[in-house]
Amino acid sequence: MSAPAVVQVAPEAQQLARPSRVGRAGFALGLAIVGVILLAALVGNALIPQDPFAQDLNNRLQPPFWMEGAQPAHLFGTDQLGRDYLARLVYGARISLLIGTLTVITSGLIGITLGVLGGFFGGRVDDVVLFAITTRLSIPVVLVALAVVGLMGSSFSLVVATLGLLLWDRFAVVARATTMQVRTLDYVNAAWCAGASTAHILLREILPNIASHLAVVATLEMALAILLEAALSFLGLGVPPPLPSWGLMIAEGKDYMFFSPWVIMIPGIALVLLVLAINLVGDGLRNILATGQR
Amino acid sequence: MSLLEIEDLAVTFGGRTAAVRGVSLGVEPGETHCLVGESGCGKSVTALAVMGLLAPGAARRATRLRFAGNDLLTLSDRGMARLRGNTMSMIFQEPVTSLNPAFTVGSQMAEVMTRHKRVSRSAALERAVELMGRVGITAPELRLGQFPHQLSGGLRQRVMIAMALMCDPQLLVADEPTTALDVTVQAQILRLLASLKRDFGLAILLITHDLGIVARVADRVSVMYAGEVVERAATADLFAAPQHPYTRGLLSCVPVPGKVQRDRPLGSIPGVVPTIAPGFAGCAFRSRCAHAEATCAHEISRRSAGAGHDYLCRLAPRESALQPA
Repeated sequence: MSAPAVVQVAPEAQQLARPSRVGRAGFALGLAIVGVILLAALVGNALIPQDPFAQDLNNRLQPPFWMEGAQPAHLFGTDQLGRDYLARLVYGARISLLIGTLTVITSGLIGITLGVLGGFFGGRVDDVVLFAITTRLSIPVVLVALAVVGLMGSSFSLVVATLGLLLWDRFAVVARATTMQVRTLDYVNAAWCAGASTAHILLREILPNIASHLAVVATLEMALAILLEAALSFLGLGVPPPLPSWGLMIAEGKDYMFFSPWVIMIPGIALVLLVLAINLVGDGLRNILATGQR
Repeated sequence: MSLLEIEDLAVTFGGRTAAVRGVSLGVEPGETHCLVGESGCGKSVTALAVMGLLAPGAARRATRLRFAGNDLLTLSDRGMARLRGNTMSMIFQEPVTSLNPAFTVGSQMAEVMTRHKRVSRSAALERAVELMGRVGITAPELRLGQFPHQLSGGLRQRVMIAMALMCDPQLLVADEPTTALDVTVQAQILRLLASLKRDFGLAILLITHDLGIVARVADRVSVMYAGEVVERAATADLFAAPQHPYTRGLLSCVPVPGKVQRDRPLGSIPGVVPTIAPGFAGCAFRSRCAHAEATCAHEISRRSAGAGHDYLCRLAPRESALQPA
């Protein structure tokens, strides 16, 4: 009687353990979209003959290729100052990805350092770290970002610094919790027994073994940073014009949206695609790493 | 002079629990010394206290704690780190979790050596291959590049042992090294430890609860109960004439072919190891002992039962071998 039961349980357990086919497809799709956008950001402006900053007031608000009256020179049309929309979109991808990456690096450095130290040393150190995390969690991100950028004027580096200094909380929480789990494991004890220094334990025994969790956090934070940058730029407090940030493009286009809807549709869709793709990659990463645990 | 001398070692946790109370023992060079006892007797804590790796919050006191000419009581953290993995190494119970999953076996082994000795990484890797061959790992060059999860439990324990030997230590502390392994692999590992002791003159402090292992590999035995060494003897003496009721109880729990009668239950010691608070006096075993009397609540002095054999009980030495308790 017990044999069929075992057979029945086995495939279920396998299904639980392995990411579903949909999940894998999502991961692949996410990677593909991020890859395309990354490629566009890196080499796009070299391939497109139009200059994203060159104005041409005779050719304002030209429609994109799927509408009537489109010009072959401007595939995605032009904006209210006659600048090529495709060139600006591709240049904007560079801004979005750059801000996302730099923010994740800054906030990751802060959060992971704090979290690992708190989780590893415990006691007083951990009290300080926990206090920092709860303090940070009680501060509304968008409000502070608005205040800072509003007070000090908008610039690319200020946006990165502000977001980086604000978005480290999730890194800290995850790093702290996973460090606490890992630091009592046998191989850490074994490393102590082999005469390892504290720095070695932190950098070689603990960090590599919590890296998978942090990678997932990094993708989610990156998507969040990109969205926040777009929001700030939309409010006119992010990347200063004439830099073509997607959020800024939406803001500049909103006056013309009734008669030329593509000026906000195109950067809007690009933004949705990028954030969705990064989230898909993050989810896929989490599934793969959760089941790939050795 | 002993390689490792422990005198009157005491460990308390947060002032509430006395995990180790007045343990004294010596390990000679090239000797296998077994610490035996139930779970919670303070065996592992004793070993960790020697390595200087007690958890924060634990307090260690001793009148003497010397290893190979170093006074471990006054040695700095840095000095301890220099000894650990170098002249004193330790292996653990769970080979499955004792290796860092993020790095290859070879890099972890080489690291131990480059940390302590002035050798190049390639020389360390060569030494790793040599030792892996020595501990019976087939195709050692192949294993160097593998990750721990690609190895079986027995292989991982061999890797751990090889890693512990990288710097040619004088003392190997083995905390239940075979508990997590199959019986056949267990036997192989024990044979390996015995041969390493012979070939390298390695002293081994072996922690175990398995008297079968003790009988096979130990030269001397210290029986621990509730943080105390209740009986110390050469292995042969201990098995021939166990004195402390706890030792006798432990031995009666082991089935011996031909001696166990079919219709009689196997011996057991009722109850569990008590948690001892500081200030406890008298014999800790008295609550579980068949010979307990009112005097057992007072301080007990050590009695001798022959050369190098003493025990902590009010009962007079007995000649006899084991009899049903």
